[in-house]
Parts: sequence; C-alpha cells; structure tokens
Amino acid sequence: MSDNNITNILVVGIGGQGVMTATEILAEAAIALGHDAKKTEVAGMAQRGGVVSSHLRFGPKVLSPQIMAGTADLLVGFESAETLRWCHYLKPGGLVLMNTARLVPPVVDLGLYDYPDDPLAEIKERGYQVHAFDAMAIALELGDVRLGNTVMLGAMADHLPFPPGVLLEAILKRFSARKPHMVEINRQAFEAGRAADKAAQHKEVEPA
Amino acid sequence: MAAVLPAPSQSRLLLSGNEAVARAVWESGVRVAAAYPGTPSTEMLEVISTYPDIYSEWSVNEKVSLEVAIGAAFAGSRSFCCMKHVGMNVASDALMTLTLTGVAGGLVIAIADDVGLSSSQNEQDSRYWGRFAHIPVFEPADSQEAYEMTKAAFDFSEKFQVPVILRMTTRINHVKGLVTVGERVAHAAAGFKKEPARWVMTPAGAGKRIPLMFERDKVLRAEAEISPLNLIDSGTDKRVGFVASGPAWMHVRESFPDAPVLKLGFSCPVPLEKIRAFAATVEQLVIVEEVEPLVEGELKAAGIDCLGKEILPRQGELAPNVLKPAIAKLLGEPVPENIAAPAKVFPRPPTMCVACPHLGVYYTLAQIKNITISGDIGCYTLGAGHPWNALDTTISMGASMGIALGLDKGRGESDKDKRILAVIGDSTFLHMGMQGLLDIVYNGGNVTVLLLDNRAVGMTGGQSNPGTGRDIHGAEAPRVDFAKLVESLGVKKERIHVVDPYILPTLFKTIRDEIKIPEVSVIITDQPCVLVDDYKKQKPYEVIDEKCTGCGNCVDVGCPAIHVTRREKVVKPSGKEVELQFVRIETSACTGCTLCVQPCAPDAIVHADLTKPMRLVRH
Repeated sequence: MSDNNITNILVVGIGGQGVMTATEILAEAAIALGHDAKKTEVAGMAQRGGVVSSHLRFGPKVLSPQIMAGTADLLVGFESAETLRWCHYLKPGGLVLMNTARLVPPVVDLGLYDYPDDPLAEIKERGYQVHAFDAMAIALELGDVRLGNTVMLGAMADHLPFPPGVLLEAILKRFSARKPHMVEINRQAFEAGRAADKAAQHKEVEPA
Repeated sequence: MAAVLPAPSQSRLLLSGNEAVARAVWESGVRVAAAYPGTPSTEMLEVISTYPDIYSEWSVNEKVSLEVAIGAAFAGSRSFCCMKHVGMNVASDALMTLTLTGVAGGLVIAIADDVGLSSSQNEQDSRYWGRFAHIPVFEPADSQEAYEMTKAAFDFSEKFQVPVILRMTTRINHVKGLVTVGERVAHAAAGFKKEPARWVMTPAGAGKRIPLMFERDKVLRAEAEISPLNLIDSGTDKRVGFVASGPAWMHVRESFPDAPVLKLGFSCPVPLEKIRAFAATVEQLVIVEEVEPLVEGELKAAGIDCLGKEILPRQGELAPNVLKPAIAKLLGEPVPENIAAPAKVFPRPPTMCVACPHLGVYYTLAQIKNITISGDIGCYTLGAGHPWNALDTTISMGASMGIALGLDKGRGESDKDKRILAVIGDSTFLHMGMQGLLDIVYNGGNVTVLLLDNRAVGMTGGQSNPGTGRDIHGAEAPRVDFAKLVESLGVKKERIHVVDPYILPTLFKTIRDEIKIPEVSVIITDQPCVLVDDYKKQKPYEVIDEKCTGCGNCVDVGCPAIHVTRREKVVKPSGKEVELQFVRIETSACTGCTLCVQPCAPDAIVHADLTKPMRLVRH
C-alpha cells in the first residue's frame, strides 16, 4: 500500500484473455468492502490480440485512475512476455504473479522480432519477487482454457488487503448470475490458482 | 440488447463514464438517442438501448444521428447524440446551423476525444466546437461527474434553449468508478410548434438569428462565471496554482495535493473573471488542458499571465508522470527520476482475428503486383500491417472512394500502368462511402472496389447497421442489398461480383480479371465477422509435422492461429538461399476457415484429431 492508503494492482496480458474482466471482479470485491475504486485501461483495439494493461486503484478515495511506473503494489501477468513488458510499473521489490504461458504474436512468427528467451529470469534480475506458474496448463487440466483468468484471480487471493473469500464470492456472484453451470468449475479454478501460487512461493524461497 | 430493469435510485454502481452518461440520459427523461459507433464512445448508446422509455438507434453516420436528435429536440423532446471526436467533423454541418436555431427540448451531444490515440486516425480537441459554434462545453473528470454533468447539461440546454457539448476523453469513457444514481424524471414532448423564423434557416432568417447568438454568448459567459461546475480548491502551497479540466484535473489533484486548483467543469465560454481573481491568489498560474492550448490562449489574450504548453506537451495525456517532472523543473526542484527503465519486448500490435474473412482478401491482394490500394476505416485498416502490407492510404470514413478516384485521375507517368483498388467495409460504405462510389461512376473513374461485407461494425464490437438486417435491439430490420445498391448507383451489372472470401481461387481470379477492365467494378465479399452470431465455426485443423515442407505459404495468410515452430536456411538448386518456416496450428483457436489449407501444396494441413489431448502453446 502506498502513502495515501491506496492499493495499486496492475493486471496485464493480451486481448481475449479476460484481463479486463478479472480486474473488474477484483474491483467489485474491493467495493463490497467499502473501498472507493477506479479501474482503467486503454483497450480500443485490444480485442484484436493487442496488449492489455488494466489498472485498479482502491482505498478511501481514489483520484487519478492511472498507476504510475514504479508504484504498483502487485503485478499480475497473464502472459510471460507481457509480464516482463510491464514489470517496471512495480514498486521496488514488489510482487509479481506470473503465468509462464507464452502467447506468440504474428510479428514473432513472421521473424520480425524475437520472443525474449527467459522473461522470468529477466524479471528476477530486476529484484522483484516472482511467483511463476503455468495458469494455462492448469486451466486446460480443468477442461477449459477460459478458466485461466479465474486461476489468476485465485493466485492473487492471498496477496490482497482483504480475505480470499471476498474475492471468491465476487467471482461466483458473477457466474451465478450469468452462467450458473460454471460456478463449481470456477470455484475449483480459483482454488487451483491459490495452490499454484503457494507452490510457486515455496519454490521462490528455497535456496537455488 | 434487450431492456433490463434499471438499478434502483441511490444504488452505488461501478460504471464506466459511458455507462454513467447512459444512466443520466435515462434519468433525464430523454426520449430520443442516436449515434454511430466509434471508440471510445460506442458503449453510451449501446447501454442506452437497454433502458426502457427511450427510442434509440444506430444511425448510418454521425451527421444523421445529430439530425435525428435535432428533429426530436425541435419536437420538444429531450434528445441525446454521441460520437467519437472525428464523428463531429462529419456532423458539424448540422451543428453550425443548429446553433442559430437553438432547441426546444434539451439536446446534449457527448463527444469522446481519443486523447492518446488508442483507436483513432488522429487526435483532436473537441472543445474547439464550443468556440466555433458558440455553444457551452461541459467537461467531466470521472464517471460520477459524467453522470452529474449530463443531467446538468440537459437542464441547462432546456433553460437556455441551446445544445450543450459534453466533452469526454478515453480516460473517462472507459474508466470505471463508483456512481451513486438517482430517479428518472419523465419529460413529455412539448410538440412541434411551427415557427419558420426560427426553424427555417434561409439567408434572411439566419441573418436575424446571428445577433441573437452573440447576445446568448454574453448570457453563457455570465453563467460560466457563477457555475457551480467551476470549483476552486484554495490549497496551501501558493507557488503554483493550476487551472485544469477533465481527467487532467484528477491528475493535478493526485500530483499536487497542496496546490490551489481551479477546476473547469463549464469550460466554454471560459469564466475569465473567475480565473483572473484566482490568478491573483497564486505566484504562478499553470493551465493543464488536454490537447490544445485553448483556455491558455484565451487567458493570455485577456492579459492573464500564465504558463501552459511552454512546459507541457500538446499531444497525449497529462498524467502525473508528465506533470510532476514539468512542475519540478519550473520550481527549480530536483526532477523525480524514472524508477526503472522498461524492458525491451517486441511490439504486439492488434491483429486480425483467427479465421477473419478479411485474411483471404489481404492474402490475395498481397500477391497482386502493380496495384495501389486505397483503404478505409475499420478492421481492414490492419491490412496495412504484416504480413500483407497491402494498403497504401487511409484518411477518414469513406475516403477510400474519393481518394481512389483522385489516384486514378491524378496519376503520374510512373503510375500509368498501375491499377487502382479501393477497400471498404459494409458499414463504412453506408456511412460515407456510397457517395464516393457514385462520384467514381459519374466521373468515369477506373477503380476496382472491394466491398467487404462482414455484416457488422467489426472494429467497435460488431454493432448492427442497415446491412446486417438487425436493429440496435437485435430485432429484424430491413437489410440493404449491396449488389442492387451499387447497381442503382450506376455500376454495370456485369462489373458487380459477389464472392466468398474463403474461396481463394475465385477471389484471386475475380480481382485479377476486374482490375484489367478500365472501368469501375465492385467485388462484394459476403462472409460474416467471426465475432458475430452469424459466424459458424467449422472443424479445426492441425499440421502433420512430417509433411510440412516449410514453404511458409500458410504464414503469409496472417492468421494468428498459425505459429512458426522452427526456421531453417537452405540453398535452392538455383543457388538462391531461402528460409524455411515450419509451422503448427493452435488447434484450440482454429475455427476451420481453410484459408491456410488452400495454399498448402504438400497437403500437410488436415482436420485435427480432437480425441487427442489438446497441446499447449510452446515456442
């Protein structure tokens, strides 16, 4: 949390991964606890596979909706290279939750650019704590790649200034209204995300 | 979208600026709302269409949408119209005379400026229209203010019988914040009252209205001076005082919590005397406005000493990362250092969707030599990018037609054998393209037009238009027959072809044949956008590794589901070195369009075996 009691969470990925929805659910959870909140992204053409970065700020009173570089408390990366792209937005020593899955854009397939060799190592070199896991594999194991954003939300649950149950409730509320048959599988995805984060945390603290 | 029960009064809702305006429009008792989709304004009308008691429509273009709203306001109804910044360029012909007639029912025009160009061909400052048309401009800073100012704008519009511009920016339209909502108050239509001297703008009639407009300017200026939308926060650190509006005001408050700030909510006409008095209370005055130095120029002309664009950029958003260093420098304080430099990562520009029908069109165009392609505004503008590089000009909605004709008539010696093509989407064609085609026909232009009918306004999210056969609520509506339409504009029947953009040989042959004929042709493609309900997914494909020869033909299609797994340099018998690209298909994303299958000579692409476990993306 920064000096003015505002929590800054940056969620990044690419269009179509559910980044904006995940941030919105997070915002709803913060609001349910009585916080003021603002959520912003510039995503005019994000539906077309472009970069998405979604900013969430919550606390007693939020003015500017934008998180400035070097001030995010938590960075949640839905894709490997995108996590690297935005990691300088974290405050020094800040925490990164990172999906290690790689989504290669056409410009890389066409040979115009290279995909970074090891985004995880580059982020660690910058001195951030990283909990890295393959959320896409977890989602596919549960049967649907679209569960990836609930997995990522689950991973965030133990790093928020409120209990995990509040976030889970916000997720399930959304599904019970729109897709009740998806409630149970999302509960599982959430718990799988929490477990993946815990496992990654243990890996992080183990001596190399 | 179907009507839903609006949230009860006093609810605290997390709403985007667009959703907040929609709620306020409904609460204000608006009876007619019209718009053409355009990022970042689209969701205003989309959400309004879900409220009961309002007639809403997707109009064919912004000018028509404003005219619909004007008619409703003349009939005494409250009416609303919204558009992106470039939309007002189209609608401005109506606006500039509307200011002379004024309105009977309240009329609010929300204009969304894409500050930072997230999805636009330029960056404009719509506050100019307030000055140009002599009408008031309100500038909200977040969702709550967007909600409140929309309601205030309707009251103001009706009281002074003047249309009001609500100037928004992407950082309001698309930001979600908490909004406390209220009750709806119905406003019955007063009914149209015949008054030719007011509603019929002949030269003589308009000449009499112009002095009234100047009189109204004085009234508006006096109102701005006392408006509660212009707030002063007196602050304690008097070294720099700020005048700011819109999201820039939020950024100023965030960056300089102790500074005196005059917030301009009612920013046109500028409350000069209020600002003059404020300026006297601070050591230096800095004007923080996105994009142009409008207020700054007016203050300087009025002899108020201030700084603005000398120290702040004229382009993009004025966020804390811009403001803090600029003000530190002004005060001679150490400039806060950038905490960490960004990592070097490839760019990730927007791409066409997997199986997009435009892929076949651009794959084909990329193979045809000696052509110049005049493009337009929509998803197909992406054809300018890799791997196609098959679009040579883009200016504005519908411009592909007139520009193609100009390229034809103005051709130089070096272009003498070039064929001119124009590429335009269904909605853009109906918006402003068909007049251009009529001009090509009438003036004997030699242009081959590709009319990409994907039955949607694709780029903004698949909204309906007169070519989709559905209205804004998804209900059945009359559908334009494009072939008949272009025929009635004068294109010869034998020069009109309707082709399936997924059948590459036919598409290629049709284009190649038509560009050889020295008169106007129209080739209409007829497959829907993959993001709308009309699109039906087919069985996905995969690559048989052993059969792939690395020719790269499928990569040239540009589908994001095709990934190169390895590259290999080989020397051909001719001595030429080529790079082979071996591929795989992301089967979970593939929807079986066959565009990559058709150019695959070794038949290495086959229907996927879906009984096998799905493979993960691995580079």
